Amino acid sequence: MINKIVHSMAEAMADIRDGAVVLIGGFGSIGQPNALIEALIEQGAKDLTVVANNAGVGHVGLARLMEVGRVRKIVCSYPRTTDPVVFEGLYRAGQIELEVMPQGTMAERMRAAGAGIPAFYTPTSVGTLLAEGKEVREFRGRRYVLEEAFHGDVALIEAWEADRWGNLTYKSSARNFNPVMAAAAALTIAQAQHIVPLGELDPEHIHTPGIYVDRVMRVPYGEPTVT
Amino acid sequence: MNVKAKLGALANCTPWTREQIAANAARDIPEGFYVNLGIGIPVLVANYIPPEREVVIQSENGILGMGPEPPPEAINRWLINASKKYVSLVPGGSYVHHADSFAMIRGGHLDLCVLGAFQVAMNGDFANWSKSATDMPSVGGAMDLAVGAKAVWLLMDHTTKDGESKLLRRCTYPLTAVGAATRVYTNLAVLDVTVEAFAVREMAPGVSFEALQDVTDAPLSKAA
Repeated sequence: MINKIVHSMAEAMADIRDGAVVLIGGFGSIGQPNALIEALIEQGAKDLTVVANNAGVGHVGLARLMEVGRVRKIVCSYPRTTDPVVFEGLYRAGQIELEVMPQGTMAERMRAAGAGIPAFYTPTSVGTLLAEGKEVREFRGRRYVLEEAFHGDVALIEAWEADRWGNLTYKSSARNFNPVMAAAAALTIAQAQHIVPLGELDPEHIHTPGIYVDRVMRVPYGEPTVT
Repeated sequence: MNVKAKLGALANCTPWTREQIAANAARDIPEGFYVNLGIGIPVLVANYIPPEREVVIQSENGILGMGPEPPPEAINRWLINASKKYVSLVPGGSYVHHADSFAMIRGGHLDLCVLGAFQVAMNGDFANWSKSATDMPSVGGAMDLAVGAKAVWLLMDHTTKDGESKLLRRCTYPLTAVGAATRVYTNLAVLDVTVEAFAVREMAPGVSFEALQDVTDAPLSKAA
């Protein structure tokens, strides 16, 4: 019997190594798997490269992972959010590396990784600093930048519902990067507010099929907050 | 002429407010347009589109058919816009994941994106993500929107607080995109990008063409 449901955070976080590339879902704090991030802090892996849209808010979740010194590098599109106090301090002190990527390029590089596409050409960033050193090629009279697939070692995902096969649904705009990252990592761990019996999720409305998911932990935390 | 003298020529004008800049842009968006509104003044545009005019607003975090901020009792805590504020979904709206959201953006499906900017050049180059190497660079979805939408309108102040023109012959800040901007809505004027000059479509009350040229680095022309 396939059963991807785990019953402890220790089980959920097993095998995450120092130096891992960790993809973390969410847009701001919505869809960000804070319970899994807290568990990763507990687990102790360090020297991590974290990929997330933003660089953490306040002192919780991703911000706390950075605050306790586990993140060597962050890859994101928009570090300047409402309250990036932790990241800003580390960045100004030169204690964290930052790679800024256009948001769509970041999403597509991970999509490509999950889809077995090693690289692709995009019109985004042509003629800008973010295209420096990258191959540029012309197709039908327009210039495009070559971008490579971006693979994760681990993806931390926040879902709304899950079943024991790892099928997932998301709620409203909390979907964001989660399905893309789930497919782009070697090990995908999801936290879900609800665990339902196999067969109960409407197959027409499963957002992430279980093939992309390795472990599911039930975390019924209620409503997220924006800050 | 120094900066103060230049601004003196505009002493008797009434610059448009942020809200009026947003209202000017909203007025010009036709029914049926699919539009992305960036953070800053652009998100205010949604408040000025008349409810009877159907314009579909896209938000980069995977919303097509975004509606206004809901009353407190109707807040869906999983539904935010690109500025991380609570919003609503209009009837007919849908959710997609990030790669699909940016396929929509990059794939040429949006009729228009409305963005803020630090600088714009007369050839349509613009800069809105980083002012220097020491600034914390935050690009977000701007580079994807700039190359993907069929039209790119910039909403911005005409000058810096010190009176320096933000409409330039060439941008000095790192570019967001090359030759992408099509129109600019400032507190002093509405102008089209024509490569040789900014073509003035409209000016704020009390602004003359000559006074506008005095505070604009790039050459101006009169729109046909």
